Amino acid sequence: MKIIVPVKTNPDLQMVRIKNRQPVLEAVPYILGDLDKNAVEAALQLQAEAGDTQVIALTLNQGNRKIKDTMKEALAMGADEAYIVTDDALVDTDQAGKALAIAKAIETIGGADVIIFGEGSHDGYSGQVGPRVAELLGVPEIGFARKLTPGGPGIQAERSMGDFIEVLEAPLPIVITVASEINEPRIPTLMNIMKAGKKPSTDWTLADLGLEAADVAPKNKILSNLAEEQDRKNIMLEGDVNAQVAALIDALTREGVLEA
Amino acid sequence: MADILVYSDSLNTAKELAFKGKEFAAALGMGISAAALGADADETAAQLGAFGADRVFVSKDAALEGLQTDVVSDALAKIAKEADATYVMVGSTRRGKELAGRLAQKLGAGAVTDVNSVELEDGKLVAARFKFGGATVARETVDTDIKVFAVMPKAFEIEDPVAGAGTVVTPDLSLTPSAVKLVETKPKEGAAVNLDAADRLVCIGRGLGAKDDLTIVEAFCTALGGELGCTKSLCDWEWLAENRLVGLSGAKTKPSLYISLGISGQVQHTVGISSSKVIVAVNKDDKALIFNHADYGIVGDIYDVIPVLTEAVKGK
Ligand SMILES: Cc1cc2nc3c(=O)[nH]c(=O)nc-3n(C[C@H](O)[C@H](O)[C@H](O)COP(=O)(O)OP(=O)(O)OC[C@H]3O[C@@H](n4cnc5c(N)ncnc54)[C@H](O)[C@@H]3O)c2cc1C
Repeated sequence: MKIIVPVKTNPDLQMVRIKNRQPVLEAVPYILGDLDKNAVEAALQLQAEAGDTQVIALTLNQGNRKIKDTMKEALAMGADEAYIVTDDALVDTDQAGKALAIAKAIETIGGADVIIFGEGSHDGYSGQVGPRVAELLGVPEIGFARKLTPGGPGIQAERSMGDFIEVLEAPLPIVITVASEINEPRIPTLMNIMKAGKKPSTDWTLADLGLEAADVAPKNKILSNLAEEQDRKNIMLEGDVNAQVAALIDALTREGVLEA
Repeated sequence: MADILVYSDSLNTAKELAFKGKEFAAALGMGISAAALGADADETAAQLGAFGADRVFVSKDAALEGLQTDVVSDALAKIAKEADATYVMVGSTRRGKELAGRLAQKLGAGAVTDVNSVELEDGKLVAARFKFGGATVARETVDTDIKVFAVMPKAFEIEDPVAGAGTVVTPDLSLTPSAVKLVETKPKEGAAVNLDAADRLVCIGRGLGAKDDLTIVEAFCTALGGELGCTKSLCDWEWLAENRLVGLSGAKTKPSLYISLGISGQVQHTVGISSSKVIVAVNKDDKALIFNHADYGIVGDIYDVIPVLTEAVKGK
């Protein structure tokens, strides 16, 4: 079996500061998103269960100068091979453009039996790319999986629909998106981090996929992207726990939020 | 005439889209169509007509059973063509969010998902959604001929239904059944809660050391007369049900009092609490981000603070 995990490396949101309502992205390091790690972990667990399976991590470089290092994390977790598509045209593309490039890259790799995405990216969280890729490849798709088992006609998946759980099955090839509850991504061991550097990693541009910049031109226009204004008192209550709590009750009473 | 087409697998959300969609359609000189799909399509169609749809496209095609994304997107793409839709608005429910990308791809359209609000500006609908985990709000337009928006449930308010019903259209969709088959559905346990409406909200995070310790937090909630919410990991671990999640993937709350216990304050959580009147945070790390979002902060161990707090709020 061949599993491709398209992952996104994005700015570490915990390091993004807001200045004059604008997000400041300079000097913010790129990381593999949490949901992307859930997707890699899900692929590795399927590999362990199904046996004789290759796990390939694929990414589009959207301006991460250290993309090779970031992708090493997927390899250190256990992916067998990495593909990185780098192109200036990808920096400002949108979900439609990304889906096209990913679908073409999957075809250029030679297809896959299972393609696993996170249910959304860490920064944008649009959840569009997985379903779009399924449509481009003409394969079925199951979103928000919380459990995956090889078997039946191909694969069985469980997903939460809020109030209830659905158990689904489908033949391969298929696109799956996973929810964070599916697993706890493994933390790579030092040994595997060392080995990751030796695993095969292939660099492509859009031309290698038979695409031009115009093919990934954005269909959406972002008019503005600003932080909401927040004005909080930021009062720290001092003293031992009894003094802190007494001061809090005092303050909340004055605020009028403790009246019955 | 160009149309706004609305659809949701949730009847309430579909009504909201039809009601607000009618207002946009009138301003844009468009018509408003709705799609009612699946076994109860007739009942849905009557409701959507009453909430504003001029035309309701109805299909009870057997292939729609289970509402799998590939089939529903096929049905909606065909209806969008027949209705001559310029905008397709679907509900950003779980199924709807999944649907939006596939539908947009079929239509060669740009899409915006998890839309929190829509405004009409210079003859275009502008959608607002969170970006960077909720740190910012992006306002976007879609430039393709057909535009797909997945709008969050309750983003639009509805008023009373109007008299009259939409014209029912029965399109020939010739749908193919999905390769994805539903094996079974399993109920989830846990009582219904509505954190959106909570006036006092206590949220617990990963500072909680063990599931059993929830009893301490629950006792505090009872003493305070507040609802209990949590951060994502606690739902992922199934310590608490999904309907108690507060933040980007959960409830966007507006209590008069919010108290966080052992929560770091990452943006995906704080986006769900920013409309609180007063925010209190308890965390043992004096550098925790949550203190930047708080009106009142207590640096301390929740296991020391909660019992004292519980006694102090009794009868308040
Ligand atoms: C796409 C996406 C969507 C998400 N949606 C949501 C969402 O809707 N809601 C949500 O909450 N999260 C969401 N998350 C997860 C979010 O990014 C954070 O991981 C999560 O909010 C962190 O939860 P936490 O603060 O409980 O845990 P942590 O970040 O681990 O923080 C625990 C805190 O507890 C403190 N602490 C530990 N022990 C004690 C103690 N004994 N006493 C006092 N303090 C203590 C620590 O100092 C620390 O600050 C989402 C993530 C992604 C990628």
